[in-house]
Amino acid sequence: MSKLAIEAKNLTRYFGTKPVVQQVNFTIPVGSVVGLLGLNGAGKSTIIKMLMGMLEPTRGSCSLLGVESTSLGPNERSRIGYTIEGHFLYSGMTVRAAETLQADCFPKWDSLLFQTTLQRFGISPHERIRNLSRGQRAGISIALTLSSQPELLILDDPSLGLDPVSRRALNETILSFMEPGDRTVLLSSHMLDDIERVTDRVMIMTEGRIVVDSSLPHFVSRLSVWTCECSEPLDRVQIARLVSRRQVGRNASFVIVDADEMTQQELHRLGGNTVRQEESTFDEGVMAYMSRNRSAASLMSI
Amino acid sequence: MRYRIVAGSNVPIFRQIADQIGRAVATGDLKIGDSVPSVRQLARDLVINPNTVAKAYSDLVASGVLENQPGRGYFINKRRQVFTKTERLRRLDETIDLLISQSVALDFSASEVLDRVKELFTQKLSVAPE
Repeated sequence: MSKLAIEAKNLTRYFGTKPVVQQVNFTIPVGSVVGLLGLNGAGKSTIIKMLMGMLEPTRGSCSLLGVESTSLGPNERSRIGYTIEGHFLYSGMTVRAAETLQADCFPKWDSLLFQTTLQRFGISPHERIRNLSRGQRAGISIALTLSSQPELLILDDPSLGLDPVSRRALNETILSFMEPGDRTVLLSSHMLDDIERVTDRVMIMTEGRIVVDSSLPHFVSRLSVWTCECSEPLDRVQIARLVSRRQVGRNASFVIVDADEMTQQELHRLGGNTVRQEESTFDEGVMAYMSRNRSAASLMSI
Repeated sequence: MRYRIVAGSNVPIFRQIADQIGRAVATGDLKIGDSVPSVRQLARDLVINPNTVAKAYSDLVASGVLENQPGRGYFINKRRQVFTKTERLRRLDETIDLLISQSVALDFSASEVLDRVKELFTQKLSVAPE
């Protein structure tokens, strides 16, 4: 039995009468890098805020490192790293001064790791924070977070607005953080390429619910893309295990989960011998689950 | 040999790695008994999750291309063929499909393509020792 880094049970949050997170259940064992995906407003940040104990659930509960999020003490918090886009930094400070300020609060501060991370992002410790690029500021945020040697790292959209070089540095930083094997990362991002590279599991949220929770290779291999010339209006098409549909030129395109012989027969009825089947890319799969043309697809789990 | 991958491709990253090793074995760039980088090293070089490399390697072990020698690493295996005839044909047809569509697009006739295939086959195989 592996230990759990994160657990959410029936996690639900309303803002007024509006449900933002609805009965979300998942567990993340120690040693995973999990990507959390979803459109803006899908509920990703609300979940993360509840995990961090910054927001109370309306119903249900969640815990980090075995401790209920609403009662995380300083001891647990020092084992958790949390970075958000636009991390607050005193702009007049030098990088070195920001490090000293932070290091004083953490007994396990790793100054060497701080320097290594700065180097990855091409930052000099003598620089003033106000003179740094957006990518470098993100680098400082993550360097400050990691150098306290947390066991669990929660990143809320850390790559927003980063250039490709900084994104690569961020990916390298996350992967080297994971190397000891007893650490865990939850990464919320819109950068599908980064998620595909760095994570081993994806969770996709739409409208407050988790619609996909799957290992990465498994996710793509269960999906297939089918195209055909289709005389019927798209929104009336009924196919079992249909995830989403789309019109592409004269063709209809369907993303289907766990397609089988039935699928083939159903599509043949629709499009005769114009039916073509392809494998799904990671992007196509994610888009299919996030799209507004999503059908009432079966929920996917690991 | 240099490994390269792209994210966002219609070929999952683990399969890109497996394909490159498979191809290198076919062309003789990797020979029987050669080692491949450790899971951790290749993951670091390519900036990808180590489980992705591990998945590629375990698929290659399952298909008989690689052999895992615990404690030593992964090596190109002697035993080459573990696929059934049908599976081998299916894999070959996939590649030929691509060849045919490219040939038509570039305006080559079937016999021109066949001649070229034979020519390159001889060239490659004379380089690649059995």
